[in-house]
Amino acid sequence: MTDAALPFVPPLDIWRGSYLDEGHTIASWLTTTDHKRIAILYALSITVFFFIGGVAIGLVRLELISPTGLFLTSDEYNRLFTIHGIIMVWFFLVPSIPATLGNFLLPMMIGAPDVAFPRLNLLSWYLYVGGAAFTVYVLLSGGVDTGWTFYPPFSSEYSHSNVIPAAVGVFIVGFSSIATGVNFLATIHMLRAPGMTWLRLPLFVWSMYTVSVVMVLATPVLAMSLLLIVAERFFGLPIFDPSAGGDPILFQHLFWFYSHPAVYIMILPAMGVVSEVFACFARRRVFGYAFMVFAMLMIAVVGFMVWGHHMFVAGQSPVADLIFSFLSFIVAVPSAIKVFNWTATLYRGHIGFEAPMIYALGFLGLFTIGGLTGLFLASVPIDIATTDTYFVVAHFHTIMVGGTVSAFMAGIHYWWPKVTGKLYNEFWAQFAAITMFLGFNVTFLPQFVMGWLGMPRRYHYYPDVFQIWHVLSSGGALILAAAYLMPLVYLTWSLFYGQDAGANPWRSTGLEWQTPSPPPKTNFVRPPRVDADPYEYHDFGRTEETGGEARARPQGEAT
Amino acid sequence: MNISQFTTAASDYAVKVDRLFYLEAVISGIVVVLVTGLIIVFFALYYRGSSMPRGDVPEHKSHEIEIGWTVATLFTFLFLFWWAASDQLTALTPPKDALEIHVVAKQWMWRFQHPSGAREIDELHIPAHTNIRLAMTSQDVIHDLYLPALRLKQDILPDRYTYEWFNATKTGTFHFTCAEFCGTDHSIMAGSLVIMKPEDYARWTAAQPQGGDLAHQGEALFRSFGCSGCHTPGSTVHAPDLHGIYGRAVQLADGRTVTADEAYLHDCIFLPDKNRVAGFPPLMPNFSGSISEGQAIALIAYLKSLATVRGTRTQNASPEHTGSRP
Repeated sequence: MTDAALPFVPPLDIWRGSYLDEGHTIASWLTTTDHKRIAILYALSITVFFFIGGVAIGLVRLELISPTGLFLTSDEYNRLFTIHGIIMVWFFLVPSIPATLGNFLLPMMIGAPDVAFPRLNLLSWYLYVGGAAFTVYVLLSGGVDTGWTFYPPFSSEYSHSNVIPAAVGVFIVGFSSIATGVNFLATIHMLRAPGMTWLRLPLFVWSMYTVSVVMVLATPVLAMSLLLIVAERFFGLPIFDPSAGGDPILFQHLFWFYSHPAVYIMILPAMGVVSEVFACFARRRVFGYAFMVFAMLMIAVVGFMVWGHHMFVAGQSPVADLIFSFLSFIVAVPSAIKVFNWTATLYRGHIGFEAPMIYALGFLGLFTIGGLTGLFLASVPIDIATTDTYFVVAHFHTIMVGGTVSAFMAGIHYWWPKVTGKLYNEFWAQFAAITMFLGFNVTFLPQFVMGWLGMPRRYHYYPDVFQIWHVLSSGGALILAAAYLMPLVYLTWSLFYGQDAGANPWRSTGLEWQTPSPPPKTNFVRPPRVDADPYEYHDFGRTEETGGEARARPQGEAT
Repeated sequence: MNISQFTTAASDYAVKVDRLFYLEAVISGIVVVLVTGLIIVFFALYYRGSSMPRGDVPEHKSHEIEIGWTVATLFTFLFLFWWAASDQLTALTPPKDALEIHVVAKQWMWRFQHPSGAREIDELHIPAHTNIRLAMTSQDVIHDLYLPALRLKQDILPDRYTYEWFNATKTGTFHFTCAEFCGTDHSIMAGSLVIMKPEDYARWTAAQPQGGDLAHQGEALFRSFGCSGCHTPGSTVHAPDLHGIYGRAVQLADGRTVTADEAYLHDCIFLPDKNRVAGFPPLMPNFSGSISEGQAIALIAYLKSLATVRGTRTQNASPEHTGSRP
């Protein structure tokens, strides 16, 4: 772009074409073990499910314009929000960043030719497809109405819907998470390029490391609890049935022991992505790198000890309430530190306004709002008043959907030139990024208000005093829909008509940019050697610097 | 419907919850303004191409900044935790003299049983300025009684009692509703909470058709279900004497000692094998299916009355006739 660009010219004599040229048949894609192609398989699959889940909630938001409903029965309404939850959590948010950007970039960022277990990687995608097939079956055969949380005894005895296929689908897709997690852990431990020490890992790699630990440790508990539901519903084993001495609250403990860490499975990768984007577009080293790493580790560990804050009204002991409340405040500290660090990264930078940066700023805003409202919910008296209302709905959508989707979009736009070799239309990308931020706020700020006023969640019919807030929220959902559809158009357009990106259009220091775009099958033309810290976008040790930009120093060489 | 049916803070506790909410809202507002302000300032000064000088931030300085805001955040959060926890702890123990109203939730309605014996569906009349304790159970799935004006919410579980207590200070009609997803008509499982002056409540109670208070109803059931056949001192069947059972420590056959609270008595009726009393043969039949949750509440109320007013009731509780065991 400018003359400060990193001087990379692909040596033509050894250039054998990109990973995209390794086979053009469908069979070549379905049998690939190349992490980059598997990332693209994942990206296509989760996009399909994202839009299915989106249509489901679009119908719900349309229905909620009127307090007495427009066109759905209560059973249909209950099935729609349930399938929305199941699809968005397990078939979109959990795999979103790790399985696509993580799969594509993790090996490249540490200078490896592939992940540690390429065939396991492909298997994880097939597991995803297997789980997805069950979910599609549930959808076609009439749906499931338990809510994504599957609480017994409703799910085990009272629901007249497809609980078992839905649970089996989620059970299977869980193993794709576990496979990805194991693979990433092994890759980061075993395949780092010479010189890529632990404290030189880009923060995105650290985020993949921590999220993998959480996936590997938490997901088996989800598998267990769903299996127990199936055992109770199908074989009649009275595990959670209180009339036979079982305990329905036990399920809630097991479920949230997974599902709270699952929130961090969604948000840790987002933190990784925006760290890369902030550094690159502010031309500045991430403020407090070591603190950022420590904060992620801390979130991953303490995140396992806060599940009980979902159960303040469930009937657990008040002492447990107190401990979980305390730990929930503690886990908020590293998140707050990260917000301050991202903000401070802008200080003395050379800040650009490209689309990835706008998305990343959107993340920062939504993460801050979502995080602060988390403090309300960590406070037991406020949680008692607002849990199971739209306040909670707004809180977790702002942070784990607004935050994660914003970061995912930031990542897609940032690495799009690397993945496809093409540049997208910058104007439309900036426009979509701003639209999305507005859409999230218009959708969810009214939900915070009505939740605090007393509007319960999962309500088909509602008292008419809340109508104004529901109409506003549905209007926001319409804006969001537009913001989601725009990238689909201009990104697809860029594949055919976009300018060639070149190896490193953003002049990034990351190792993944020191190779052609799109990269060759082996990622690098020759094995890279790492000799610098990440994010050396400016010279260090200088106390005075004039307005001009410093020359960025790549993390290593691979040419 | 009026929004004040939800938003009015109808108890001192609700006022406290609101105060904490607004405190956290103000702190959050400050943080949002701070972060947004910094971002705007940094963008204004350091946009690409601006002529601001950009030196390095010395390592030790950035460490100081980092530790500074970590500690500041930690103390703010600990302060909020302390405030929230003290609100929670003061509201924890229900007062001893509370008026106890029983709640039975089922798909998709609410039934309330007053100690006077009055019953109502989807409507709850209570006196203001009185400590009220709700003892709640469900006949099917998990429900949740949400009282927005009191800022209270508590899940209601099948085969188990959960409680919430409050002391309302404002009279009027308020909304209550189910907050835990319970199936098809979850969203219309709602009703009205009518908070009355204590004298109005007394008048209301007196006007209700009733067959004696809860304990008396329980006594009748105690006979008609044949409980009295075994559980009386003169019985030939070796079964525990239930006089003064409520609140007593009970030695169980498996070595545990439990306090005979409502949950224990409930389990004894529906799951007799769960807590077998030491020294008694397992003769107690299982009444699940034949006794409803509402009847169980009356039975337990009767057993509780045996503990408190020994004199007169003891006579009544030892009828001469021996009911046959079902």
